[in-house]
Amino acid sequence: MSQYPDAWTALRTRPARLLVTTWPWRSLAYLISTVPVGIVALVVLATVVALGVLTAVIVVGLLLLASVPLLTSVIADAERTRLRLVLPRDSVADDTSAPTLRERVGAWRTLPVSWPEVGHAVLLATVLWVVDAVVLVFAITAPATLILSPVLVQLDTLEVLGWRIDDTAEAWPAVVVGLLAAVVAAYLVTALASAQAGLTRLLLEPTEARLAAAVEQLRRSRTGLVDAFEAERRRIERDLHDGAQQRLVALTMTLGQAELELQDGPALELVGKAHALAEDALAELRATVRGIHPQVLTDHGLAAAIRELADRSPVPVDADLHLDGRLPARVEAAAYFLVSEALTNTARHAGASSVRVHAWVADGSLTVSVEDDGRGGADPVAGTGLAGLAARVEAVDGTLELTSPPGGPTTVRMTCPTT
Amino acid sequence: MSDHLRIVLAEDAALLREGLVGILEKAGHEIVAAVTDADALLVYTDNHRPDLVITDIRMPPTHTDEGLRAAVTIRERHPDMAIMLLSAYIAEAYVADLLDSTAGSHAGIGYLLKDRVGHVRDFLDSVDRVAGGATVVDPDVVRHLLARGRDDGPLAALTDREREVLALMAEGHTNPTIADRLVVSEAAVRKHVGNIFAKLDLEPTSDRRVSAVLTYLRGPS
Repeated sequence: MSQYPDAWTALRTRPARLLVTTWPWRSLAYLISTVPVGIVALVVLATVVALGVLTAVIVVGLLLLASVPLLTSVIADAERTRLRLVLPRDSVADDTSAPTLRERVGAWRTLPVSWPEVGHAVLLATVLWVVDAVVLVFAITAPATLILSPVLVQLDTLEVLGWRIDDTAEAWPAVVVGLLAAVVAAYLVTALASAQAGLTRLLLEPTEARLAAAVEQLRRSRTGLVDAFEAERRRIERDLHDGAQQRLVALTMTLGQAELELQDGPALELVGKAHALAEDALAELRATVRGIHPQVLTDHGLAAAIRELADRSPVPVDADLHLDGRLPARVEAAAYFLVSEALTNTARHAGASSVRVHAWVADGSLTVSVEDDGRGGADPVAGTGLAGLAARVEAVDGTLELTSPPGGPTTVRMTCPTT
Repeated sequence: MSDHLRIVLAEDAALLREGLVGILEKAGHEIVAAVTDADALLVYTDNHRPDLVITDIRMPPTHTDEGLRAAVTIRERHPDMAIMLLSAYIAEAYVADLLDSTAGSHAGIGYLLKDRVGHVRDFLDSVDRVAGGATVVDPDVVRHLLARGRDDGPLAALTDREREVLALMAEGHTNPTIADRLVVSEAAVRKHVGNIFAKLDLEPTSDRRVSAVLTYLRGPS
């Protein structure tokens, strides 16, 4: 395929490059295949309708007529598939969710008639294939005859669209004209195929279905992105742990040994200072790593990580956690950072004397709430931390609620699916 | 330093492993094996019967608690072997497992944060104490445990000095060392300890007082 999503985009954005893409050929294939499909549609529909009308008196005909929507829906399916030749972008018709013929027959009487499908089938059987056939005849035979004229003129005098060619000398300019005509035909074919495909899509793929599919695809790609980010954060954490952190520990050990070796004096003082600095660096690095993706979360999951946060909190935390087993990494991370941010905010602003952290999983959904006994009045707009949290929770299809009336208490609560 | 100890060391991070070997050998101990995972640790422990096992908690293959599980196995197989665990972070679950494994054993056990090994003198001191049968808990861990029960309950009834003594007890220090550290007489320390045990309603048994204190600090969970 080419770098353009469909034939029409290719024609519109870089018309000069169209000829080196596959789109003219795909368009040609589309138009050519329209002809047999259209003829079959015409024969089948005409037969069914004619028989139906003739036998309507003896009820059988009514049944036959009633089967027309079923037939048109089968034709519509075939058309949706054929549409991919020139419009591959909308991989909308989800194959697994499309009903099989058997299901369709079963549901035949209960399904509502899709009038756009009926209309499209009639259009295909009566107009589209005829137009395509006429265009194809001209688009293929005229350039082909002109290009081959030096050979053909040996056999007989040629007349193409009122132009007489008698001998080989006259045939050579005809070759040039033929090549130009082939180029024009390529554009014509692509344009016609695009227009026809656009019409077909309009009738057969309603906008809502396309939007729903696009939303579903976006949701999937967002989940993929969140997962990728989470994996990347864990990788960074491990890199720092195995790399810089280890080297710093080794450095503090070496400096510690040096301190044992040295006599009292300025050298010992300097080494002591260096030791203290190296430990500060190590502590800072640990804090950074915790902010990226804490080890205890990677190793032991949400409950252990929340307990560690609780231990670290300057405000006493009562943690009531009902979390068995591990949750998806993105969910654990979102919940962890929610609790982390909420505890930080509580310590900074709430003037609280205690915090309760609740977390439980029920019916495939995780709920985490952090409630303090502080003065309340937290402004969800003011803190960028909270806005970031909301984005993070939304990215795992979750919801975040903040209630903080003046006078307290402040409650932050997130809910999200665990799959 | 004191006795010459035979030690098996397990640590997957190469720099740290070499650093530890260097420090311990310098202090006159013998490293009979320095391995990189829990399986090798068990094999060498069974074969060499060291005086002390020092192991990182987080090791391959899953990088979670291999070292801790190996320590529990070692405790079952060799109840008299002293064990020191090194951890990169404080995890409550570790403290719980540690306390469970000390129950019914008189061999020493230690739980230190990795950052502590930079304080070479303290680290070597902890090694000696664990090898001598003491329970040694990282001061940071004790601080976290103490910080949990601040406002409510009997801990609030302790004086500042008694809290200091309690923290040092929880770290595994003996009365003489505590007296040394706080620059008071040993008799004064004994008095504080008596008060603490009375206020916290603990049995004043001298030999397992560290786990008694730790169990108390951990509270019901």
